[in-house]
Amino acid sequence: MNFEVESAMKKIEAVVQPSRLDAVKEALVEVGVSGMTISEVRGHGRQKGHTEVYRGNEYTVDMLPKIKFEVVLPEAQVDAALEAILRSAKTGKIGDGKIFVSNVEDAIRIRNLDRGDKAI
Amino acid sequence: MRRSTLGVLLASLVSLSAAGLAGARAPQSANSAPTAGEAAQTPQTASPSSSTTDQRLDALEQQAKQAQTSGDNAWMLTSSALVLLMTGPGLALFYGGLVRRKNALATMMQSFTLMALITVLWALFGYSLCFHSGNSFLGSLGYFGLHGVGAAPDPDYAATIPQQSFMMFQLMFAIITPALITGAFAERMKFSALVVFMFLWSIIVYDPMAHMVWGKRGFLNATLGGRFPTLDFAGGTVVHVSSGVSALVTALYLGKRLGFPKTPMPPHSVVLSFIGACLLWVGWFGFNAGSALAAGSLASSAFVATHFGAAAAAIGWAGAEWLRNGKASVLGAISGAVAGLVAITPASGFVGPMSALFIGLAAGVVCYLMVARVKGKLGYDDSLDAFGVHGIGGSLGAILTGVFASSAVNAVYKNSQGKALPVGLIDGHAGQVLNQLLAVGISWALSIVGTLIILKIVDLVIGLRVPEADEVEGLDVSQHGEEAYNFEA
Repeated sequence: MNFEVESAMKKIEAVVQPSRLDAVKEALVEVGVSGMTISEVRGHGRQKGHTEVYRGNEYTVDMLPKIKFEVVLPEAQVDAALEAILRSAKTGKIGDGKIFVSNVEDAIRIRNLDRGDKAI
Repeated sequence: MRRSTLGVLLASLVSLSAAGLAGARAPQSANSAPTAGEAAQTPQTASPSSSTTDQRLDALEQQAKQAQTSGDNAWMLTSSALVLLMTGPGLALFYGGLVRRKNALATMMQSFTLMALITVLWALFGYSLCFHSGNSFLGSLGYFGLHGVGAAPDPDYAATIPQQSFMMFQLMFAIITPALITGAFAERMKFSALVVFMFLWSIIVYDPMAHMVWGKRGFLNATLGGRFPTLDFAGGTVVHVSSGVSALVTALYLGKRLGFPKTPMPPHSVVLSFIGACLLWVGWFGFNAGSALAAGSLASSAFVATHFGAAAAAIGWAGAEWLRNGKASVLGAISGAVAGLVAITPASGFVGPMSALFIGLAAGVVCYLMVARVKGKLGYDDSLDAFGVHGIGGSLGAILTGVFASSAVNAVYKNSQGKALPVGLIDGHAGQVLNQLLAVGISWALSIVGTLIILKIVDLVIGLRVPEADEVEGLDVSQHGEEAYNFEA
């Protein structure tokens, strides 16, 4: 068993407007974040949806398309990454999204089995 | 050539053209000109020195007839192709786009299956039951296996084209009519039940209706000795009322889709429906103008009426939506166009362009109200509005045909001296509206009774509706083992 003491790893989840996808991606790369997972999701906070009408049938669409970034990085890099996301994702309107930060217990690189900081 | 001979020749050409056009104007009247079957023979080419004027005139007559047949047959074959296009992919896409993704293929499969199934039935006995003389309500089996249906025209139906062409054209109508019904029970009918249902429906409902309106001695035939002459140029009663009312019956019998009406079920692709609707519009030129059964001025007149009806109806529906909802939708505009095409179908060869605009506008607004307001209040699940558009639009169009039919457009009624008689209400013949109402009523009655009987039989023998789990999973997977879209593949 290996009890190495490493710096903590953190996960940043950022749900942002789809129109900010490219800006956020570039900003993260600029501050040295090398890996990220991007997914297309749907959801809403306090932002209201819209109504669609098909042949007289009204549907309320309140699952709005968003982009979710997931980034796992060493604790030391978290502040820079948060600043980059906040700067690039903000439009000032309701629906800009949210960022969540959590702890990550472990990380493993599949190719060569690197663990911990070495893996991210 | 001597002047007198030249004069005779020119006179023959002129009178032959006139006879040909007159034949084309009345949809199902006997043509006074000799049949074009003789045109199949090679014209005589006698040597100049021994040929008589008569022989050369005979040869010229045959060539003129051949030219007439070529023009008419070219149009009729084209029209047949256009009408088939309306089913596949027109209707398949129109309906396919309106259902949820998980049922897209199954919906399209229903139309495609009919393209195959109805064709085989038609070849064996369908055409015969519709168009062999038989009695007032059904044809006999004289044309079983298309026996006797070949290159020679049937002068009662279409004197200048091979009967094979007429048979093919009519087949395309027999295909699309049941396909329209599939919209009502979309997303919940077993495929096996569909096949059996359609087999029976084509025989029990379509064939008698088609025979009554278009077949020799048909009860409602306007020109071939019907007891109550009904004006139905391209199938308002035969196609739209019958399919639309049958659709309502199936929707009520099968019941609502799981989750209806609370669960949102918006169309998975209005884009596909748009493409389908445009194909329907263009194909409808074959449907209506082809029902002139010749390439003359009546075809042009029907072409114009068809197009004007569609345009006015699209504006009617979209305009009504704009007023009510503040936005005109694409689905509304294309649905409106289809409603207008439905309504103008029976009228297309009998009414003038301005009447066509009015009929279209009326259909667009009435069908919009039916679909967007009345249906919701009544609460039934006619999933794709087969009844709202075809049943109501067809009934409205059939009745308005009696109002706006004019002898100036199509002198379909003539007295014994050949003088044109009043046709519709605007001509002064109010009784036509009553005949139209009767035909609509008969179509409703036959559709309701026939469809109910068939539904009961099929339900008892194999069951109509898919199990709940299959309905939730979607018909594409449960009935056909396929998925419409594998974007990750």
